[in-house]
Amino acid sequence: MCFVNETDYGTPAVRSDKTVTLTIDGREITAPEGTSIMRAAREAGIVVPKLCASDMVKAFGSCRLCLVEIEGRGGTPASCTTPVADGLNVSTQTDRLQSIRRGVMELYMSDHPEDCPACAAGDCEMTAMAETVGLKEIRYGREGANHIWPAHDGGANPLFMEQDVSNPYFAYDASQCIVCSLCVRACEEQQGTFALTVEGRGFESRISAGMHEPFLESECVSCGACVQACPTGALREKSVIEMGMPDRSVVTTCAYCGVGCSFKAEMQGEEVVRMVPYKGGKANRGHSCVKGRFAYGYTTHKDRILNPMVREKITDPWREVTWEEAYAHVANEFRRIQYQYGKGAVGGITSSRCTNEETYLVQKLVRQGFGNNNVDTCARVCHSPTGYGLKTTFGTSAGTQDFDSIEHADVVMVIGANPTDAHPVFASRMKKRLREGAKLIVVDPRRIDLVRMPHVEASHHLPLRPGTNVAVLTALAHVIVSEGLMNETFIRERCDWDEFQDWASFVLQPENSPEAVETVSGVPAETIRAAARLYATGGNAAIYYGLGVTEHSQGSTTVMAIANLAMATGNIGRPGVGVNPLRGQNNVQGSCDMGSFPHELPGYRHISEEATRAIYESLWGVKLDDEPGLRINNMLDAAVEGSFKALYIQGEDILQSDPNTKHVAAGLEAMECVVVHDLFLNETANYAHVFLPGSTFLEKDGTFTNAERRINLVRKVMEPKCGYADWEVTQEIARAIGKDWNYQHPSEIMAEIAATTPSFSGVTYDLLEREGSVQWPCNEKAPTGTPVMHMDGFVRGKGKFIRTAYLATDEKSGPRFPLLLTTGRILSQYNVGAQTRRTDNVMWHGEDLLEIHPFDAENRGIRSGDWVKLASRSGETSLRAKITDRVAPGVVYTTFHHPDTQANVVTTEYADWATGCPEYKVTAVQVSPSNGPTEWQREYEEHSRRSRRVVQVEAAE
Amino acid sequence: MSHDPGFKSGEEKLIYMANQIADTFQAMQPHDAVNETADHINKFWEPRMRRHLFEIIERGGQGLKPLVLEAAPKVKRPREEAGV
Repeated sequence: MCFVNETDYGTPAVRSDKTVTLTIDGREITAPEGTSIMRAAREAGIVVPKLCASDMVKAFGSCRLCLVEIEGRGGTPASCTTPVADGLNVSTQTDRLQSIRRGVMELYMSDHPEDCPACAAGDCEMTAMAETVGLKEIRYGREGANHIWPAHDGGANPLFMEQDVSNPYFAYDASQCIVCSLCVRACEEQQGTFALTVEGRGFESRISAGMHEPFLESECVSCGACVQACPTGALREKSVIEMGMPDRSVVTTCAYCGVGCSFKAEMQGEEVVRMVPYKGGKANRGHSCVKGRFAYGYTTHKDRILNPMVREKITDPWREVTWEEAYAHVANEFRRIQYQYGKGAVGGITSSRCTNEETYLVQKLVRQGFGNNNVDTCARVCHSPTGYGLKTTFGTSAGTQDFDSIEHADVVMVIGANPTDAHPVFASRMKKRLREGAKLIVVDPRRIDLVRMPHVEASHHLPLRPGTNVAVLTALAHVIVSEGLMNETFIRERCDWDEFQDWASFVLQPENSPEAVETVSGVPAETIRAAARLYATGGNAAIYYGLGVTEHSQGSTTVMAIANLAMATGNIGRPGVGVNPLRGQNNVQGSCDMGSFPHELPGYRHISEEATRAIYESLWGVKLDDEPGLRINNMLDAAVEGSFKALYIQGEDILQSDPNTKHVAAGLEAMECVVVHDLFLNETANYAHVFLPGSTFLEKDGTFTNAERRINLVRKVMEPKCGYADWEVTQEIARAIGKDWNYQHPSEIMAEIAATTPSFSGVTYDLLEREGSVQWPCNEKAPTGTPVMHMDGFVRGKGKFIRTAYLATDEKSGPRFPLLLTTGRILSQYNVGAQTRRTDNVMWHGEDLLEIHPFDAENRGIRSGDWVKLASRSGETSLRAKITDRVAPGVVYTTFHHPDTQANVVTTEYADWATGCPEYKVTAVQVSPSNGPTEWQREYEEHSRRSRRVVQVEAAE
Repeated sequence: MSHDPGFKSGEEKLIYMANQIADTFQAMQPHDAVNETADHINKFWEPRMRRHLFEIIERGGQGLKPLVLEAAPKVKRPREEAGV
């Protein structure tokens, strides 16, 4: 496989309509106005030496290696900071320049270790650059003052700094550093964290994290941009220090959040040496976060189960079996159960972590193989309201923009999302735009980092009481309509005018006024008014939202309230605006697209549509059930009632991720055959009868679809450790129940998807190879995909305004449970933590903590670090407290990354009215001091330990 | 409930869900709430859930909001063999 070496053009690309023409080294070159001479030269194939420049950050002009001569101008300007101009005549290689460059390099090398290990490994540009400029000797020697040696002249060298190895993933060795400041600029410009600085002056200058702190203790978020930018060996991945440089590289897609970053998996044989974000990736443009770049250790973790296992009862130890035995067991059990309890007694769950192709096959197995529609996916518990809400108002279940759109936004409204933790790479792009002057409105019960962080400050923060989204959004609409701030032309052209008028009369009702809403939401009326005015009149206004919108009793209603705001102000159908759901998992969008919901076939077509069923019936050779199937929560209800007995779960841990753990456990316990197909013995596997080993994203081919509808290729970089990719396993199950499936490669599955789904009809692996990625719809009307939707009209025809009356959730605080619990994520961990807990990311977040306001803590005698009991109507758990004013009085917050915390023992079964998406974001709770784990936690730990016993059988394979 | 399992029974939940849908459409599409409620249940409820709903209604529909009862005649009767 080829080594993907991306060209570094030295300075960022410039967008300009005007081009200029100049001469460089005798060649006539045309470039957009504003481009640096360095970049224009590189684009034409002329390489100017450099150390401190990179096309990921703005030019700085400090290393003085890229000097050029320009006819008619004095001196030797730096080509990175000098823009092109018409008629310039530039020379990049003259004796004078070479001599200056040699002098500069000589000085650098006099303070660079002679035996630099990074140079030897090819991971430091110093030696190579010295050769490029023809440096032969260092006249000054290394004897004088230097940063290289720990001891000097018989005493400790005060200029020497010990290596900083505090970060688990990279090391900082100041002795190799040339203080070019690329790392500082990458931290500022790319990541937007401002954790690094140059301390001291002149020869004493040093790169320093925070206030001269170890990296791990500073505000560094470990995104790795500095490591990637560093031209020397000063900042290096520990994996590269240990293993040496990679020998091959494959472009693939990250399997963490819904941003869907492109990475180069840099390999030595079958081993990953490092993950480097791919500049050609249109979602991330060369940036990454700590999870994607560094937290891949789980893929080779010793906890991975590599052989299939079976057991009769969930109290038995596991018994390793051959794949054939496992398939036969699953087929026999599912057949028996369907015979005994009826066709509808079995079902399947697709995974938002698996590929589109794998998801498609699981729903096909259920519909074609099992003969029912009992298939659901983890999107049920996160973005199902997005599907319902956007389909109703706009006509399709997806975000309207691409991520590049943020570069054109003037006002950004973030609702119920915490991008700097949950979607960090997109957050960095958002912060960049905010630093350029775009305004920010944050609607969130917590003071998330975006509200105020270095060089970013929200114009308005609406710290609403959990559960009052609809009230606040409708109040924003009230202000927009009552003050005449709507875009009437847009509404008349693009929406149904009568429906708009009905909606307008509804939002104008007095109960929707900011003053009335202040009493339920706690947000001052004036703040609501100011935010509404800014959103409606501030230019291009874009809404980004997350699970704080969807995971409520009124989740679907909130999504429609968001759509109403965008339509009323005309913020739809062009770059810089739109309604953008930030998806939780890598392939939530894709798993929904692929027909994972029990009521619809791929491409969001309802199961009752005869013409759609006919397409699949003729292809699959079966009669499809025309009735919607059971959703996850209904499957569990039916299991408790005795009519649902077997479930095939691919890559989802419903016991940990779904609400009300006790109910999930009761449902699973009532089943006779639970098949878990996963990397690890996850929490759900404690209730399983069959375990099928899964494969990681590094072990298979396929596609993921990210939050911007972008279909990215996932490429196999190593053989599956268990022998089979997940799609092959599902195929074997289908064959074992008598279906004649013969896919040789995932591209053939995509061909079937394209042939049967109009919005995917143009998608092929060839196209994806050629374009890098495409955004659906991709068909004859849009052969290379659709970056921005609803450009010339809504997918459904006219945009539909919906009345969004606020109905308070029935989960209310009261004397027994006076506080409201809301839940979320943290940067270093991911969802149930199955992956990130098995990496060094636990150094940042070793346990879930309960955030509580000082006032509420004081009342209860709770100090930071104390064990506290968290109790709700559903159950209780215990964890440690963290006192902070990020949460308002009356609100507490925790994450759900650790199974021993079991935050979902506490969450209730209240759910979105339309989709059943659980109300994770509001639970009435009480918090009290505690001595340690609750009885449930202790019992569960014991159950967990017992159910993970494995009896090894010889010759299992 | 003598023994509190920490979650609602299937029946309680079904009643709650039906009422929640009706309440929402009452507020959202007051002119057409009956049809919208029935349509939503037809689109998203699996046959055994609808069958269960009809059983509750036939027993007197205790706990169900009037709008659910009004919408019931428009809810599709599940076929006998569908589901379980």
